[in-house]
Amino acid sequence: MDYSRILSRTIQEVKPSGIRKFFDLAAEMENVISLGVGEPDFKTPWPVRRAGIRSLEEGRTWYTANAGLKELKIEISRYLKRRFELEYSPDDEMFVTVGGSEAIDMCIRTLVNPGDEVMVVQPSFVCYGPIAQMSQAKVVPIATKAENGFSLTAQELREAITPKSKLLILPFPSNPTGGVMTRAQLEEIAQVLRGTDIMVLSDEIYAELTYTGEPHVSLASLPGMWERTIVVNGFSKAYAMTGWRLGYACGPQPVISQMLKMHQFAIMCAPTVSQMAAVEAMRSCDGAIQEMRDEYNMRRRLMVDRLNKMGLTCFEPRGAFYVFPSIRITGMTSAEFCEALLHSKRVAVVPGDAFGACGEGHVRISYSYSMEHLTEALHRIEAFLKERGIHA
Amino acid sequence: MDPILMLLDKNARMPVDEIAAAVGKTPAEVEETIAGYEKAGIIKGYKPIVDWERTGRPYVTAQIAVKIVLNGKMGFDDIANLLASFEEVETVTLTSGAYDISLTVSGKTFQEVAMFVASRLSPLEGVQSTSTSFQLKTYKERGILSEEEQDIREVRV
Repeated sequence: MDYSRILSRTIQEVKPSGIRKFFDLAAEMENVISLGVGEPDFKTPWPVRRAGIRSLEEGRTWYTANAGLKELKIEISRYLKRRFELEYSPDDEMFVTVGGSEAIDMCIRTLVNPGDEVMVVQPSFVCYGPIAQMSQAKVVPIATKAENGFSLTAQELREAITPKSKLLILPFPSNPTGGVMTRAQLEEIAQVLRGTDIMVLSDEIYAELTYTGEPHVSLASLPGMWERTIVVNGFSKAYAMTGWRLGYACGPQPVISQMLKMHQFAIMCAPTVSQMAAVEAMRSCDGAIQEMRDEYNMRRRLMVDRLNKMGLTCFEPRGAFYVFPSIRITGMTSAEFCEALLHSKRVAVVPGDAFGACGEGHVRISYSYSMEHLTEALHRIEAFLKERGIHA
Repeated sequence: MDPILMLLDKNARMPVDEIAAAVGKTPAEVEETIAGYEKAGIIKGYKPIVDWERTGRPYVTAQIAVKIVLNGKMGFDDIANLLASFEEVETVTLTSGAYDISLTVSGKTFQEVAMFVASRLSPLEGVQSTSTSFQLKTYKERGILSEEEQDIREVRV
């Protein structure tokens, strides 16, 4: 059978992730030391695992309500208020999803009509464009710059807006750059958006992982922004719960109720065991988050310092767990650098252009590894540069 | 807690420039801080954590709980200090609970440790009773697992 004639044209036009291709290559090699992963190296805090086990012991293995356990939604509502000054009713302004990823999918599908423009701030995580494409949207990348700390500026946003602009995807703190948006920077973005019908998907999955002492600010907490923003967050990064697949979406009731309709048909509900565990996470894990954050912060400082000294210029990432150094000094493209480093030193990092064309000239390095692992990888990168006469 | 101590506690051989980078200080400042800790006795020393089982060296360790009766002449501190002066004794701690002092004692053979208990420890004035537990296998020591944990994350990106 000629499946290309059978399969949906739209899905065939979606390009596979550039990251995946590269790492399939790395997976075939031996003794590769990876700096590629996008998930915490920590285990889920024990009280959370214990709560999951208890829920199984008690036989809590049925569906929950489509929107999620009421108990969990109440905890999420309290948490968002406590941490980010966000007000969402647990009754009709939020629902629990299968990871932040599902929330992103539901949000884009719920808001976008064919032909609408979806502005995607880049470099950014790889999923937004392909999902928007599935809704026949036109993806409009907005390239941010290293000299601005990879933050979105009002000017860049203004230049991207057309009468067809429907949705802005604002993913901060950023995977892959580690860039964050300060309150003042968000206020400038808010000024551009006020008076328009543009909606915002604010992907705040790394909100707990910021290192400058200033807590994360959500766009939705700024005047006039709540009604146009869907906040997506989840348990994966902050609580080291990636495999539990649990996130949530919050926003105005008319949008949330339509997203929930799709969720009900496609998913039914997020896993019950994960939801039970997440209740415990929200109740007792502030201290565990702080410990992980402190550990990430030390690694972050070490990576930035060492990479800069090697000549791989590195703007200071202020959130998430990635550094995004420039590799232009090598004269190679991102893909060439990554392939050469992998073949000669068996170190795997991700080419920056996998996160959008403007990521070219950079690589993403994850520091969600032990200090020993990181220093070994840094030694190898240093040797790689020395062999090419780049680093003295 | 000072992050410098946290880092050293995990890896006492971490180079000073790496510690400095990780905590956002200069190497000179870090050296000064560490020297201060050493001088103040906060850092008491640096020793490797050796898995003797893998070296083939004959080596046994026992945990010995000691019950003390005070007779008026010697206090807990005196008895503990006396116990600490034996070279077979590796650690001495005053404890709460059914016993008063906990020792770890090592020797080449079970016999050697047993002889220590029988001939040196038990006859001591103030020692009312002892309970000896030999260590059969170590799974974790000073936070370090005997079998190295593998990174089993499946997704590499």
